Amino acid sequence: MAEPVLEIRDLRKSFGALKATDGVSLHLVSGEIHALIGPNGAGKSTLIHQISGSLTPDSGTIHFLGQDMAGLDMAARAQLGLARSFQTSSLAQEFSALRNVMLAVQARQGSSLRFFRPVMRDRSLAEPAMAMLERVGLADRAHVPAEELSHGERRQLEIAIALALGPKAFLLDEPMAGMGPEGSKNLTGFLDALRREAPILLVEHDMDAVFALADRVSVLVYGRIIATGKVDEIRNDPEVRRAYLGEPA
Amino acid sequence: MRQIVTREAITNAGLALLLLVVPLAASVMDEPFYVTLATRITVLALAAVGLNIALGLGGLVSFGHAAFFGLGGYAAGILATHAFNAQPLFLGIQATTSMPAIWLVAVVACGLVALPVGAISLRTSGVYFIMITLAFAQMIYYFAISWPAYGGQDGLSIYVRNTFPGANTAQPLPFFLICYGLLLLGLALFWALGGSRFGAALHTARQNATRLAAVGIAPFKIRLTAFAISAMVTGLAGALFADLNRFASPSMLSWHMSGELIVLIILGGKGRLFGPVAGAMLYVLFEYALGGITERWQLFLGLILLGVVLFARGGLMGLVAGKERYG
Repeated sequence: MAEPVLEIRDLRKSFGALKATDGVSLHLVSGEIHALIGPNGAGKSTLIHQISGSLTPDSGTIHFLGQDMAGLDMAARAQLGLARSFQTSSLAQEFSALRNVMLAVQARQGSSLRFFRPVMRDRSLAEPAMAMLERVGLADRAHVPAEELSHGERRQLEIAIALALGPKAFLLDEPMAGMGPEGSKNLTGFLDALRREAPILLVEHDMDAVFALADRVSVLVYGRIIATGKVDEIRNDPEVRRAYLGEPA
Repeated sequence: MRQIVTREAITNAGLALLLLVVPLAASVMDEPFYVTLATRITVLALAAVGLNIALGLGGLVSFGHAAFFGLGGYAAGILATHAFNAQPLFLGIQATTSMPAIWLVAVVACGLVALPVGAISLRTSGVYFIMITLAFAQMIYYFAISWPAYGGQDGLSIYVRNTFPGANTAQPLPFFLICYGLLLLGLALFWALGGSRFGAALHTARQNATRLAAVGIAPFKIRLTAFAISAMVTGLAGALFADLNRFASPSMLSWHMSGELIVLIILGGKGRLFGPVAGAMLYVLFEYALGGITERWQLFLGLILLGVVLFARGGLMGLVAGKERYG
């Protein structure tokens, strides 16, 4: 097997007596979608926060592209190619959709300490940004401020920003949340193709999407991964059914 | 597409023109007092343009910018005093009364102080940032009033206004024109910064710092750079203010001054290019018009400020030109 893009070993994080992450190990290899599912409060977002660098684990290691992430903040990890989307959209609200993506293009070019050239006339920012908006189907809303976009459009914008970073791996935290059946279906098709660009660690509640997309699924319950495997294995795992899928064993 | 001649652009041009024409007319009519009043507006506006880089663009509510305003003032005062007494500064370096050299010293000194102050203050945010910047400024204030070599509590007089090549700075109008030119430069800097790549990052740091970090730009670095640039512009204004009054006063360093700069910005419209200009005009005219009637003119200023905060969040510029659009 190829070297994993992202490898997490024995990660632990407690908040007081609550073990939010309790010895989690998982990895993400090139070309795959690895779905992370689990009931509310299982610690999925806490895990994503630790991988992306907004929370520091108590112990355990995270390696991305073979490099230890300990001591690197969120910005440094994003620079290395770890792109995340947020469970609740996190955008520059006063900026248009286009400017939100332009910022990501600028970050990728590594050029934020330029003080004089006006960005609004800079085609090397606007053109790639527009291309990303076209890819997610948001081009006709490019000049609308993020705060005036609909919920579903903001989710799409989050994806466009992540794309613009040209990442080596995606961390997508519930990208389908609140999208409606049509939007979910479109996004499912989109993510299906996206895995060829970079592998995806996908946290998602929409089981239809997870079972349609995932190459592998890990089930997180009370901070522990109780099962990892292919979709069919997970569907038929008695412990998973009992703990999560809500069926008697 | 983007409209070039917006209401804001017209308002800005009108304010810039008004600030230039009134002192010119006053000078022709031999009313130097009004020239000095316009100079006071101009210099306070420049100081607030500096603060507006941190506060308006970056959302960093510094309650310590008096430190930089005063530092600039003392740079002018100390250099002028040494030059007047023909004492070398240190290591035999001669002082100067040349304004451009003084400005350079003021700006560099403010940058050098702002970097460590900012680096420590920016570890906090919100009300803690406000308090820690205040604390730093108060430290510098108490240091200044307890240092007898440069006047202590009495401040430092500048016996003859510092010089500028090719201008008689002792006359009100040439000095006003120098200040006005620097204000325009400060506004040009603010405008260029706001529209640049750095500005895009800084605007995002204000709106949503997590978003900025998530695309791979460390908010700390962007904010620290903005804080330092902001301090340098305010420091330049401080040097002019000391020359205007021919006096570097410890009150320039006090927290009242920090508050006054914030008030100018809130009155005029924070983050707006001409917000500080509009704010300084209103503030100084109020001080002049009501100050003649009652000593408690600040009570009325307080009422206006209350009105702005409650009913016109965008300040004067917001009232005239509407909400800011970033494209």
